[in-house]
Amino acid sequence: MKKVKRKNKIEVENLQLIFGKGRAKQKAIKMVEAGATNEEIREETGCAVGIRNIDLNIKEGELFVIVGLSGSGKSSFLRCFNKLNHPNRGEIRIDGEDILSYDKNQLQELRRHKIGMVFQHFGLLSHRTILDNVAYGLEVQGIEPESRKEKAYEANKIVGLEGWEDYYPHQLSGGMKQRVGLARAIATEPEVLLMDEPYSALDPLIRRDMQNELLNLEEYIDKTIVFITHDMNEAFKMGDRIALLKDGEIVQKGKPMEFFDDPRNDYVRDFIADVDKGQVLKAKQVMDDVDVDFKANDSRSEVLSTLEDENMKVGFVVDENNKLIGRVTLDNVKTSRAKTIKDLIETDIQSFYRQRFIKEILPLVGETDYSVPIVDSKNRLRGTINKEVIINALI
Amino acid sequence: MFNFPEKLEFSIAGIIDAIVEWILTNLDGLFDLISTIIVYVFYYVETFLNYIPWWVMILLVIYIGYRLYHVGMGLVLGLLLFLIGVFGLWEMMIYTLAIVLISVVVSLLIGIPTGILMAKNKRFEKILLPILDAMQTMPSFVYLIPAVMLFGLGKVPAVFATTIYAIPPVIRLTFLGISNVDKEVREAGMAFGSTPFQLLFKIELPQALSTIMTGVNQTTMMAMAMVVISSMIGAEGIGEEVLVAIRNLEVGRGFQAGFAVVFLAILLDRLLQGTTKKLQGGDDA
Repeated sequence: MKKVKRKNKIEVENLQLIFGKGRAKQKAIKMVEAGATNEEIREETGCAVGIRNIDLNIKEGELFVIVGLSGSGKSSFLRCFNKLNHPNRGEIRIDGEDILSYDKNQLQELRRHKIGMVFQHFGLLSHRTILDNVAYGLEVQGIEPESRKEKAYEANKIVGLEGWEDYYPHQLSGGMKQRVGLARAIATEPEVLLMDEPYSALDPLIRRDMQNELLNLEEYIDKTIVFITHDMNEAFKMGDRIALLKDGEIVQKGKPMEFFDDPRNDYVRDFIADVDKGQVLKAKQVMDDVDVDFKANDSRSEVLSTLEDENMKVGFVVDENNKLIGRVTLDNVKTSRAKTIKDLIETDIQSFYRQRFIKEILPLVGETDYSVPIVDSKNRLRGTINKEVIINALI
Repeated sequence: MFNFPEKLEFSIAGIIDAIVEWILTNLDGLFDLISTIIVYVFYYVETFLNYIPWWVMILLVIYIGYRLYHVGMGLVLGLLLFLIGVFGLWEMMIYTLAIVLISVVVSLLIGIPTGILMAKNKRFEKILLPILDAMQTMPSFVYLIPAVMLFGLGKVPAVFATTIYAIPPVIRLTFLGISNVDKEVREAGMAFGSTPFQLLFKIELPQALSTIMTGVNQTTMMAMAMVVISSMIGAEGIGEEVLVAIRNLEVGRGFQAGFAVVFLAILLDRLLQGTTKKLQGGDDA
């Protein structure tokens, strides 16, 4: 038995990014402290304010969306995560290490192994074949041609680029080019994937396909993804959690549902006005987090007291890989005399894939009073959902 | 009242003379060394070019023209080279070609790194841009004077003057090519952890290649123009033929030599452009 708390992969604290030099920059920093607007600062000092002050946590395995209009500082923010931009204040901790204090070699290691990036206009190398583009990250690491070719083929296969290895970028359509961008980013097997408006340059139909592909892929590649977009519908469709950025500050952050339930101000209300909830909300976005899960050999009495303490009618049992085994209900645990909960587990229960739209789940969840487990593609327990949650989400 | 006051007149000629004088007395050894190297290299290049039988060279040009373009182009280029021989200017052409080749190679050896440095260093860029402007508007004859003073008469000052005259385009276009590499492409390179060296050789230079090759081409054409002028300081070759024709007012002989220069220029231009296209490979989106 353990308290489940997903680890923070990335922690941003007190971050500030101002573009400029010397005295003008110092003045701009002072003006930010004094509360001047970005426009005033630009006129007065000539410095552009990227980020005023941001605190943010991104959890492991999460698809986190940063959404905002152009000029909100979202792309500048993203470029701080691999230090393409240099913030003048604050910390960015990845796995607890402050990357802003990294020296040249540590930064290079970070970029080579831990973080991959996908660009809005793809950023492909026009003089290289698709395969050599995908292999670029491996090449700069100094991996032997044979084995990097193998890995690049593998990455190509994952994103659906098989057979295109020998073509050049200009021979591909926009959607295909972005697949190359994605393949290149995952070829180095990074833990964090930065995506800078990856689908904004694509036409709407292709964009939708690519979004769905990424959602499926996300299950498979199992990475922490930071995703930038200016499109609110895209943000709600993709994001486990969302942060809305305006003028270099976070207006509101949280799960998609929280934006609808409790919009912080009129700006947020305006922003979400056009979002069609039925079309975009998925199980993963409205589900409750799992606070506690159980193992088959947990003692019955402890499970009972936990369930009562947490006021839960049902608990979910997982194996050592967090894969869902089944559930135990409070009633059964209470009435049984068994030592462990092993024999009380009901294995034949309904669970839902977390990428399903809640519209589809509603009729099925509606029949039961218990919470229903939400799993990922590897059947790992990721959250729970019940009918109140869904109904609340849709109205 | 309408004439510029004489009191304000001040000639900088004296200062420049003094500088050159100082260089001559103090850096004599350096220029002797440069001179020796150029003579040495020139000897080998010319000997090598002369070593190739004329018909082999023509066949080679036809073959390269065929590989870069098509049979027709190969034959045209071969014909141009053949005509230079028919004009009786083959040996002079070899001499001119040797000076051009050496000047261009030296220009590239100095010019490409300079262009890269300019793209990487804002201050260097600010210093060099006006100098390049000045170099490109300075009348080409002016370069002949210090060349003669430093190296005397003959092929060495010709190589020197030609190099100085021809180097700006390759510097400028290398700078331009590297500065214009797409921002996201460069960011992609950095985001995957390239070292500055890897960024330069795996991304920036290949991406800038077609612009740099345009610079190489322009530099070659400038060298062709200058090598004729440098016949005034004793460089032999086709230029000398032109000079003799001017002196004797032989219109026909002058134009014949002129055409030979044009043919050689076209030949070099097409070969370079064809090579550029081939080098770019798939990159012509």
